Amino acid sequence: MFWFLAAPGTFWLVVFFLAPLAIVWALSFGEQTSLVDTEITGTLENYVRAVGTPVYLQIIWKSLWISAIATFLCLVVAYPVAFLISFVRGRWKMLLLVAVILPFWINLLIRTYALLAVFRTRGFVNFGFEWIYNTLWLDTIFGRFQPLELLYNNFSVTAGLVYVFMPFMVLPLYASIERLDKSYLEASLDLGASQTRTFFRITVPLTMPGIVSGIILVFIPMLGAFLIPDLLGGTNAQMIGNVIERQFKAANDYPFGAALSFLLMYATFGALALRAFMAGRKSGMEI
Amino acid sequence: MKRRFSPMMASRRSFLAGTGAIAAGLTFAPYKSFAAEEKKLNFYNWDTYIGETTLDDFKAATGIEASMDLFADNDELFAKLKEGNPGYDVIVPTNDYVERMIKSDMLMPLDHGKIPNIANIEKPFLDGAFDPGRKYSLPYMWGTIALGYRISAVGDTPPDSWGAAYDSDKYAGRVSLLGDAQNVIGHALKYLGHSFNSTNPAEIKQAEELIIANKKNIKVFADDNGQDLLASGEVDLAQEWNGDILQVMEEDDDITLVVPKEGGLLWQDCLCIAKGAPHPENAHVFIDFLLDAEAGAAIADFIQYATPNGAAKKLMSEEYTKNPAIFPTDETLARCEPAIFLGAEVVRLYDEAWTRINAA
Repeated sequence: MFWFLAAPGTFWLVVFFLAPLAIVWALSFGEQTSLVDTEITGTLENYVRAVGTPVYLQIIWKSLWISAIATFLCLVVAYPVAFLISFVRGRWKMLLLVAVILPFWINLLIRTYALLAVFRTRGFVNFGFEWIYNTLWLDTIFGRFQPLELLYNNFSVTAGLVYVFMPFMVLPLYASIERLDKSYLEASLDLGASQTRTFFRITVPLTMPGIVSGIILVFIPMLGAFLIPDLLGGTNAQMIGNVIERQFKAANDYPFGAALSFLLMYATFGALALRAFMAGRKSGMEI
Repeated sequence: MKRRFSPMMASRRSFLAGTGAIAAGLTFAPYKSFAAEEKKLNFYNWDTYIGETTLDDFKAATGIEASMDLFADNDELFAKLKEGNPGYDVIVPTNDYVERMIKSDMLMPLDHGKIPNIANIEKPFLDGAFDPGRKYSLPYMWGTIALGYRISAVGDTPPDSWGAAYDSDKYAGRVSLLGDAQNVIGHALKYLGHSFNSTNPAEIKQAEELIIANKKNIKVFADDNGQDLLASGEVDLAQEWNGDILQVMEEDDDITLVVPKEGGLLWQDCLCIAKGAPHPENAHVFIDFLLDAEAGAAIADFIQYATPNGAAKKLMSEEYTKNPAIFPTDETLARCEPAIFLGAEVVRLYDEAWTRINAA
């Protein structure tokens, strides 16, 4: 019975996850023998090239930074949203949850393109600011409104990442806040703790599992993002995802692209293992 | 050609379409003899790169139903066919990729006897270094890469050199370059007086340094939407495929283009039959149809790229045939160069330089 139930899942996992992953892993030890052929020779040259060329490590480092900042912003924005959703009742809760999930109904690419229209020089944000500026008669004092340069820089990339990945942060946070026993909060307030203290000493620790899964769900895909930096970024927006994508297209160098992907994966595994280890040390069994 | 939405978009879209093509390919591929070939054809083309009614006209004329999928750039086309043909018959690679695909044995030789409309093609296009004797490819459209600019923004001295985009702060923050290594570095090489196809690491390095030094003035490496940035006022100077700029010139009189005095890329998109095509007979019929005078004129009139089809040109207005933005003067053409496939090692040099440029 167990095998019967496990068969579809196992099949899926092996055929659509492990097998492709194994192929890419094998490719990372390969050499390009012609334009279309790759031979798996067991060479480490691809890894040596990736680690030995400073520019690739520099790009990975930059991707880590951008993703970290965007993840943090996601958390800061998503936490109050999740809190609000779990505290309203009935119909409103449904509506708010739908509002969070709604963007998924639209293709990621279309949403990213829409951001172009929002941020560009003659875009909605600048129109809005200009309207406020002119309404306050500031143009008579300071001269004509100078549009802000919101697009094609690190700001727009970060904003795009935050926007696209926000639901992945809200949902796990919501799930854990929903489970939070509100009587703990009352107890803390009754016993004289301030609102701030209650938040940081009671709410945050109790919702930590949601925070951690939110961070993982958001940070890891951000690291591999290539569409958003490609469309919204300026001349130095390149993230490691763009470099990897290029190896599989323009540069036509599958082995090197595979090696870069796996380097990123090793780094992610390392971070997750470290987290598990730290969590394990702190709370004994519970991870 | 290259008025594409974005590389990613088309790759997703055509991924789905491609799966369809695989399914289609599987159902009928090699089992039937040529004579019994079913009345279908899978065409893999660039976006907005065919006449509005061409496929319907083709069906009316021959009874063959052509379905069209779109690719965003040559790299996507190459990557898609690299692991085996997913079911496409006629494809439209650019000259250097024709060369690459011939070398990789990805194209089927054309039977010129089945394509009588070859007679319509102008003489100079009947041969090419990338495909001697045109055994594998026939010309579809050709053009250049140019500098499009907003006339009211350049003042009395319109740009006439790539230097305006690569080596000047006159348009600081108002410049977009293309988004791929070969074209961006290649035109920097032209500006520096080298060949577009330089394989000399020192020259490539020099181009890299030139671009990095000027990055502060470049707003974005646009993935082929430079013409939209130009039209929306985001930039005043855009490096783009000439036909793309032409398409926005039609809507905005304040935009024009120049092929800079150093010259640039001269490209030719070609009609080829992919190896393993499920309908090779129909593919020949289709290529013949596209090279027909009337069909060719309708396509060229709609997409505004230069056609190599002499008979089609005779049917078209002077507005098209005498337009220097479509057909550059011989003098300009003499300064332009076609891209050559330089081999995997040189491609890597360009890619590494491009990675450093983007990271700088």
